[in-house]
Amino acid sequence: MWPFLLQVGPFVILLVLALTVGGFVERAHFKRLERRESQLRDMLVTDLRTFPPNTASSPCGLVTGEVVIASDYFKSFAAALRSMVGGELRSFETLMERARREALVRMLESARRLGAGGVINVRFATSNIGSQRRKRNAAMVEMYAYGTAVRFKEQPRG
Amino acid sequence: MIVVNTETIPGYTIREVKGLVQGNTIRAKHLGRDVAAGLKNLVGGELSGYTELLIESRRQALERMLAQAEQLGANAVVNVRFTTSAITQGAAELYAYGTAVVTEQES
Repeated sequence: MWPFLLQVGPFVILLVLALTVGGFVERAHFKRLERRESQLRDMLVTDLRTFPPNTASSPCGLVTGEVVIASDYFKSFAAALRSMVGGELRSFETLMERARREALVRMLESARRLGAGGVINVRFATSNIGSQRRKRNAAMVEMYAYGTAVRFKEQPRG
Repeated sequence: MIVVNTETIPGYTIREVKGLVQGNTIRAKHLGRDVAAGLKNLVGGELSGYTELLIESRRQALERMLAQAEQLGANAVVNVRFTTSAITQGAAELYAYGTAVVTEQES
């Protein structure tokens, strides 16, 4: 009994720790994202390549936002279990969502600092910093968003 | 220097296309950062060291691209794109490319 507990114990402790702390970190992040997104709601964001007709002709520039987020131990474990039977890896979906929203928010915040009213031609890309580490059951997402910040002659509709 | 990832610049006309300009960089963080990232993989959350790395790389790749554009005598780069590739663990290659052009403000 004891040897078994000693073998499984640390693993279970890690899982529980990751589940509680990781869950807390994720909820806090989503809350923070919502608050920042609500402040940026008046910005026009589009992936269209053309400028809206009311775009001001003042020089505009490239804005970017990047973020690297690590998965927690519990998420990775849940995903590893899931990939045995196949199907949707929900634990990683929220991770990707967090990364994408964070990158977008950072991009919009830097656009706002330039005095822009919106960002045109938004693109998302991912990078691979810890590519080999990923195979060792520890995922991380490296996301960046970029686009062209523009000013508008008048307030854009919508 | 105007840098955009669209094909046109509002209020400007493109007078001359100088051609493709590019910049790349491969950067890595020191081992301490990698260890910290490994620990962060337990509880999740942002890896600010790697975020920094991404920001630095992007900035340097852009700078190299802009230096090339300047050499060609361009005053703007349009249709900028970024791509990345993984070359080794803990390092990232970031590659920026675009078209250097000479633009003129519309009257």
